[in-house]
Amino acid sequence: MWVAAASAPLLYRGVTGEWPHFVSELLPSDDTKVALGGSRGIHVREAVRLEKPIADVYRFWRRLENLPQFMAHLESVTQDSNGTSHWIAKGPAGLRVEWDAEIINDVPNKTLGWRSLPGSDVVTAGSVNFDEVRGGRSTQLTVHLQYAPPAGSAGAFVASLFGRAPSQTIREDLRFFKQILEAGEVAQASLPSAEATR
Amino acid sequence: MKAVRYYGKEDIRVEQVPDPVLLNPRDAIVKISATAICGSDLHIYGGYIPTMESGDILGHEFMGEVVEVGRENHSLKVGDRVVVPFTIACGRCYFCKEGLWSLCDNSNPNAWMVEKLTGYSGSGLFGYSHMYGGYPGGQAEYARVPFADVGPIKVPDSLTDEQVLFLSDIFPTGYMAAENCSIRPGDTIAVWGCGPVGQFAIKSAYLLGAERVIAIDRFPERLALAESQGKAEILDYTRVDVLDALRAMTGGQGPDACIDAVGLEAHGTTLDAWYDRAKTSMYLATDRPHALRQAISACRKGGTVSIPGVYGGWLDKFPLGAAFAKGLTLKMGQTHMHKYLPGLLARIEAGQIDPSYIITHRVTLDDAPAMYRTFREKRDQCIKVVMRPD
Repeated sequence: MWVAAASAPLLYRGVTGEWPHFVSELLPSDDTKVALGGSRGIHVREAVRLEKPIADVYRFWRRLENLPQFMAHLESVTQDSNGTSHWIAKGPAGLRVEWDAEIINDVPNKTLGWRSLPGSDVVTAGSVNFDEVRGGRSTQLTVHLQYAPPAGSAGAFVASLFGRAPSQTIREDLRFFKQILEAGEVAQASLPSAEATR
Repeated sequence: MKAVRYYGKEDIRVEQVPDPVLLNPRDAIVKISATAICGSDLHIYGGYIPTMESGDILGHEFMGEVVEVGRENHSLKVGDRVVVPFTIACGRCYFCKEGLWSLCDNSNPNAWMVEKLTGYSGSGLFGYSHMYGGYPGGQAEYARVPFADVGPIKVPDSLTDEQVLFLSDIFPTGYMAAENCSIRPGDTIAVWGCGPVGQFAIKSAYLLGAERVIAIDRFPERLALAESQGKAEILDYTRVDVLDALRAMTGGQGPDACIDAVGLEAHGTTLDAWYDRAKTSMYLATDRPHALRQAISACRKGGTVSIPGVYGGWLDKFPLGAAFAKGLTLKMGQTHMHKYLPGLLARIEAGQIDPSYIITHRVTLDDAPAMYRTFREKRDQCIKVVMRPD
């Protein structure tokens, strides 16, 4: 019941590209919304264009197990058959944090939303919109990612996942995503010369 | 393997480094048979290019034999003889599909660095700073070539290394500079700088239908080559007033298009050139755009100024007012290499041009430190240096 209610703001955002301001007032009993409704924590919105059909882009992202291929802060995501997923994030010095999430909105080739389950150490939500651009020749993907600041050391850890410039971190993640889908590989330069002298 | 490495301004060394290995599925490893020093390498040598690091392997003009091929590379096989374009491009992004290969979205792992300076990043480049990817260059015995299924062009055994080596950069670069002039029959094209790119711009302008080409430089051997091989009319800017001369030669109208094949380290004898020199030496400006200013002043109304010369940063006293008043078109940028390679190889095979005529020095990799200095100081009538690894 509350899942459907909670998905409404995400769906709203999916259409308008904005988060409704009434979210926290509307759902005062909803931990996730309250936690994410404030100004603190990580709020990132980034977009990328790809020369791939929208269905390919959606399919790759919908398989959440693929996310750690390009999102640097994730170690793994595993989905089970009932639609929930287990996320493991990795930070500096090998520290990890884990949480469970559920898909709360899934319109193929249009939008995908997920959020952490109540009671998780980490309160987080994300959504991705898929749009055809350039008259349907290209696909634009827009990511909105939120992490609420948990209390204590977990909060500092979540902040550390994204560094001092979370938007830049996610922008680099999306660059990897684009390279994987378009070029089939992530560009890298070997530096045998540098290694040899250091 | 042996490689030419950068250690700082005017400090390059030849040293042993580990051989390159395949890193990505579309890669290839090339055993280098010939490699060249480019005029743009001199910008690195002079300390003008930021984000170079100690130990970086230089060089972006090279060719050789394919010795290893990644599992997703279905275009090359071991034993193929190839020339490698200096720009690295994925072949699948918006820009590659549009033919704007040097603006590839996916080949620069350090694109964020360039974005801070220019908004968006162009393609990765071999041996040309970490800002452009930190890819080890081709002044070495071997090189790893990313996206080698769309970059390197296979060359026939009937052509020598020296005939095809300059497909790696300077021939296409000179050609695109001329193509950017939108030459029509009867046009007069003026070219500033008779280095290798200028020489090929002269040749290409004629190939594309120019009636007259006027070449501007101060080094006698370069002017002589432009005259004898390029069939250009020549102007020594230390002896004549270039603007007056061009005006007179074109009946008071000005050249239809002007090519700046000099770039950010221009020399000059006029007041603005000394002003640039003073400002760059005090780090108050990054580039010395004397040739570009003159090209803009000289160009006829409604004409085109084409800029293959490399610029890196901020220009001072840029005469945008003159460009606006005369309704000029300015065209510039790194060469869209991949687009030009098949057509230019065909022109070489057909005997329309033999690019080896610009070579003045043939040496081995061990001679690189000395040759960088010779080339930079234009001693010994040096125009183009080709190195072999052995």
